[in-house]
Amino acid sequence: MILKGRVWKFGDNVNTDEIIAGKRLLTLDFNEIAKYAFEAIDPEFTKKVKPGDIIIAGDNFGCGSSREQAPIVIKKLGVSAVIANYFARIFFRNAINIGLPLIEAPGAYQIINEGDIIEVNLTEGVIKNFTTNKEIRFKKIPKFLTEILAEGGVINYLRKNGEFKI
Amino acid sequence: MSLTLAEKILSSKTGSRVEAGDIIVTSVDLIMAHDGTAPIAINQLKELGLNVFDPSKIILVLDHATPSPKETVSNLHKMIREFAWKNNIKLYDVGCGVCHQILVENHVNPLTVVLGADSHTCTHGALGAFATGMGSTDIAVAMGYGQTWLKVPHTYKIKIDGKLPPHVYSKDLILTIIKKITASGATYMSMEFQGSTLKHLTMEDRFTIANMAIEAGGKTGLFPVDETTIKYLANTGRSTNIRLEPDPDAYYQKELELDATQLQPVVAAPDQVDNVHPVSELEGQEVNQVFIGTCTNGRLSDLQTAARILKGNKVNSRVRLIIQPSSAKIYLQALKTGLIETFIEAGATVNPPGCGPCIGRHLGILADGEICLSTQNRNFKGRMGNPNSKIYLSNPEIAALAAVKGYITNPTK
Repeated sequence: MILKGRVWKFGDNVNTDEIIAGKRLLTLDFNEIAKYAFEAIDPEFTKKVKPGDIIIAGDNFGCGSSREQAPIVIKKLGVSAVIANYFARIFFRNAINIGLPLIEAPGAYQIINEGDIIEVNLTEGVIKNFTTNKEIRFKKIPKFLTEILAEGGVINYLRKNGEFKI
Repeated sequence: MSLTLAEKILSSKTGSRVEAGDIIVTSVDLIMAHDGTAPIAINQLKELGLNVFDPSKIILVLDHATPSPKETVSNLHKMIREFAWKNNIKLYDVGCGVCHQILVENHVNPLTVVLGADSHTCTHGALGAFATGMGSTDIAVAMGYGQTWLKVPHTYKIKIDGKLPPHVYSKDLILTIIKKITASGATYMSMEFQGSTLKHLTMEDRFTIANMAIEAGGKTGLFPVDETTIKYLANTGRSTNIRLEPDPDAYYQKELELDATQLQPVVAAPDQVDNVHPVSELEGQEVNQVFIGTCTNGRLSDLQTAARILKGNKVNSRVRLIIQPSSAKIYLQALKTGLIETFIEAGATVNPPGCGPCIGRHLGILADGEICLSTQNRNFKGRMGNPNSKIYLSNPEIAALAAVKGYITNPTK
């Protein structure tokens, strides 16, 4: 799986309230909710982000609540992947479950700037920065989770396999 | 090999010896979702094409926006009620309380696996259950299959010795721990509490501590099952012979030791839970709203602490004091013992049991530029419904004092 896109950069400890506020969760209309993604950090973000773009953040991205709407709105905006030094645990599961690729790549934050064009090769475990011509390798996620991502999420995975094949 | 509490519970569940790092599939004993997370879970279960595997192991709670503030929420509540009725699932409707308090009061048992579609499910670890928060889709899978996959977590041992000094509560203890290990210090880990302080901690104290394990990134917050646990369970109709403690030479990836006698009252300043300071450093900070409640600090002992301060006093004319018992049971006890009368006489307002203003849906949203001091677990930007407001976190005594004075006050003076 290879993803290529323009980068949006966030800091450390981006929490789920910042990704999507609790007060926006009063409906299951995810296209509507997605208009308010990251509003506490940058109210204009949803107007600027384009399908295929990639988010990169520092430590502990997605900390806080278990709300699945956090990865859902990121996916609804068309963001193709999120890269961070590491993710909060519940957000990590939620994203994989709904088919949003997450990459834990410590050090990537230092070689990638906002607006850079990068390519993420999930199969090889490599991020290439076309803007700066720098490259960084990352530890691939367990095969079992790659299979869930490949199916577009855990629902499709289980419909196909009938059980967890670990 | 010797085992941590998390390894012991998960080994017992899977019937084979598991250790940190193993990826396992385990059966699940209790599954919980609330009005913020159940609707997506119900839809995902439908997508899976499955029915619930065992309705007696599922609990649904309406607590996040209750009673409904908006027609879209009312429709989601209706969806959850109809799902519960159709599938014969136990439903706690509006006013019953916060899901975690309802579960620890009535349903959680030691040596079980509890999954909740809420990050503060780690609260239940105080009863010796491997309890962890997940998202709606994970919960849907558990509802359908009765199973989940887990990575057996490494453990962060937190050893606390000695007795807490006056004016220092379990909230100060856990906030101090989070300050020391940071908001991500226990990411992917089980936090296991040990030491001589435990025998001085009530179940309510332990719930407060386990509740905030997630604020350090913890997967769960586990306490041993001792006399205090056994007595609590027996008093709430769950007699058990189970005792649970870690093996003496279990492997801990990280360890922290604390001397409880040296702790002081603390306050977490905006906008991160680990931005913790001694209350003395924040004295004089004015507040517009004080909130005492939530799955962290809305229990009877918390309300008693607040009432001690409020008895015979008045809430400052520039402050709103909102008090919200964590469950109907606590509300009733507070009513029968005169606490509610004390609150009303002091000029507080009492919300019906539920999550209330903590999550910013309704019942106490802050105005631009306002400051709230709350007994809740999170002070993230916008948490209480307005990103242009600020949230401080404290124990109920400091909160009640601030409501009277109008500013953060050092209770030890």
